[in-house]
Amino acid sequence: MEIGLITLAVILATLLGWLLKQSFNTQPWIAEQVSATAHHGPLGGSSNTRLIALMTLMAVVTSFFALILSAYALRMELGDWVPMTEPQLLWTNTVMLIFASLALQWTRNGAVKGQASRLKPGLIATGVLTAGFIIGQLIAWQQLQAGGQLITNNPSNAFFYFLTGAHAVHIIGGMYVWARATARVMLGTAEGGTIRRSIELCTIYWHFLLLVWLILFGLLLST
Amino acid sequence: MSYVAIADRDHEQEHHDPQTFITKYIWSQDHKVIAVQYGITAVFVGLIALGLSAMMRLQLGFPDQFSFINPENYYQFITMHGMIMVIYLLTALFLGGFGNYLIPLQCGSRDMVFPFLNMLSYWVYLLSVIILLISFFVPGGSTGAGWTLYPPQAIMQGTPGNDWGILLMLASLAVFIVAFTMGGLNYVTTVLQARCQGMTLMRMPLSVWGIFIATILGLLAFPALLVSAIMMLFDKTLMTSFFMPAISSMGADPGYTGGSPILFQHLFWFFGHPEVYIVALPAFGIVSDLLSTHARKNIFGYRMMVWAIVAIGGLSFIVWAHHMYVSGMNPYFGFFFATTTLIIAVPTAIKVYNWVLTLWEGNIHLRVPMLFAIGFIFTFIHGGLTGLFLGNVTIDLPLSDTYFVVAHFHMVMGVSPVLVVFGAIYHWWPKITGKMYNETLGKWHFWMTFLGTYAIYLPMHYLGFAGVPRRYFAMGNTEFLPDSAQDLNAAITISALFVALTQILFFVNMIWSLWKGPKSDPNPWDATTLEWQTPDHPPKHGNWGHELPVVHRWAYDYSVPGYEEDFIPQNVPADKAPAGRDHGEDH
Repeated sequence: MEIGLITLAVILATLLGWLLKQSFNTQPWIAEQVSATAHHGPLGGSSNTRLIALMTLMAVVTSFFALILSAYALRMELGDWVPMTEPQLLWTNTVMLIFASLALQWTRNGAVKGQASRLKPGLIATGVLTAGFIIGQLIAWQQLQAGGQLITNNPSNAFFYFLTGAHAVHIIGGMYVWARATARVMLGTAEGGTIRRSIELCTIYWHFLLLVWLILFGLLLST
Repeated sequence: MSYVAIADRDHEQEHHDPQTFITKYIWSQDHKVIAVQYGITAVFVGLIALGLSAMMRLQLGFPDQFSFINPENYYQFITMHGMIMVIYLLTALFLGGFGNYLIPLQCGSRDMVFPFLNMLSYWVYLLSVIILLISFFVPGGSTGAGWTLYPPQAIMQGTPGNDWGILLMLASLAVFIVAFTMGGLNYVTTVLQARCQGMTLMRMPLSVWGIFIATILGLLAFPALLVSAIMMLFDKTLMTSFFMPAISSMGADPGYTGGSPILFQHLFWFFGHPEVYIVALPAFGIVSDLLSTHARKNIFGYRMMVWAIVAIGGLSFIVWAHHMYVSGMNPYFGFFFATTTLIIAVPTAIKVYNWVLTLWEGNIHLRVPMLFAIGFIFTFIHGGLTGLFLGNVTIDLPLSDTYFVVAHFHMVMGVSPVLVVFGAIYHWWPKITGKMYNETLGKWHFWMTFLGTYAIYLPMHYLGFAGVPRRYFAMGNTEFLPDSAQDLNAAITISALFVALTQILFFVNMIWSLWKGPKSDPNPWDATTLEWQTPDHPPKHGNWGHELPVVHRWAYDYSVPGYEEDFIPQNVPADKAPAGRDHGEDH
């Protein structure tokens, strides 16, 4: 459970540090005049709200994967564990996911600078590369099945299918948001600010899931 | 400047103003309606769970007298009673119900920041409840694995509901977690982003603090339950061996190899222990507000109360294995977890002292919500003290799996939070409905419930010391148990049925209040928090009319010296009150 604990400790420490900053040395019982127009911290714009919601969601997803990895580490210690040989295709898939992230970053930079011409090609490239990753993962599964590497063979196989599947589900969830942003760009139904914010959040999520994948992939390769 | 901004907000608001009965009460995005939907659904399943406990008690008190209770469905009753009470009633009611109602109103916002997601959260929760209830009617019935669902027995032949029941249970939990995550994102983001001007974090009422930290715990802990539910589903349906050891079942080899049931226990309790505080922290917060309001005194040690909530929340993640002392763990682990468990008693004790000190020399009004709040202090102290026994490895070993444990957790996380639930309903009922209830009936409800629960759970401690094991359908001819143990069991059953029936008083009172109850004052308790200062009573969609409130003070300005009234609402400007010395000089 160490992995889960360390991850949670980091999340909780971040939260605690922030709380301390907010509450240290305050004297809540003292009333003070607050002007209705004063900017007193909260009431940020909607993009900020969404960013906080996204960060909270990423904390939940981090906890989810950290706990699977904890279970992985605990289960690995038992006698019947036989390391699995990962299909080579995973390298190609990893490269595709890296390029998907880069494409989205490029799109985001364009959106921030107001270069609208980047949006369509950038978003489409992201979609194609990400879909390529998912399809690549499915093919990897098929290769394993064809080679007799079934989910029931060994706990290492079971964890492989579970981890890759769970990761793919999170990417597919992100694809839903990507699809909405792309549709808005294609149909021109939203103003620039909304699209920019949406792309910014997508980019953070894509990088996050890339990082999760790199950790998972590294772990799968090394065990 | 501010006028324009607020006008803008109102304009935005109109877009999702409910127009028809369906958008207003069914597919509503209003946090208050969603709160009531959550509340009604949770109380409904809670009543089913109450009925199940009555059936269990009938068997225990009067063994083999009732033909409709056999060992199989007894285990199903146990399992479903526990699971429903912990997850589908208490978690849903505190966070989905009170969280939804109180966060926007007490923080001075118009709604949750993502109203659509909030609505979705309720409907997905309802779906999880429906899946859960369907499991009563599938072949083999609901699961009888105990609420902890330990493998291997949870999915092995011989356990009731090992086929459809356990599958639906795991599916329902997974769906519940999705619903909770949608709600939780809303609660956290709303607290962080949508507080009104002046509502700094350290001016928030403790109810919001409790709900906020509990939500964070839930968001980080529920994934452990999700992971274990998915892995067990794989073990059940795909024949993987995450948890399932090499085992033979009914003389046959089901095909599992070398999995670890202990791994499941770790994951389960990594969720399970924070879950205790997911239920307890909102109760801590709410009870603090009830005590302060009805004692007309500021909460003692507000900052300490906030930090105690945060500390308990953090510590709750490193005590989980105290549920597993009998699993054969390394004694050093046991020592570590016993130590952390005892450390968590420190912030908890600080809270209890502060509640008592809040009452000290207060102007105590023994109204119904206050009775429940004070009742909570009693039951929580009793349940908490037995926790100190069970937290120590050497004392836990003989007491583990006896009725002492049953008595402990029912006092600390059954009766105590439920008393707060009742107190909170009585407290906020006038705000939610605009009606008053019958005070006398409420007091009868309190005394019968409070004394009745003691009649149930105090004797259980003795049964536990005598060695009566929990989860047994019948004791048979167990030599070390005296006959009087059975008499005690019968008495407990009678008390339990009495307390269950007493709850009718509550429902009669509330239904009568809705139907014929007198209109309530907008602020019947003279409370300071924002929800009592809304322009409409009960608050309408958007909560605040044209202008959002501005907060100038904390939520505990009760009996401020030099001020005529014994409370100053949070939105009263600092230069108007208490006017301290100036005000005094005027008179």
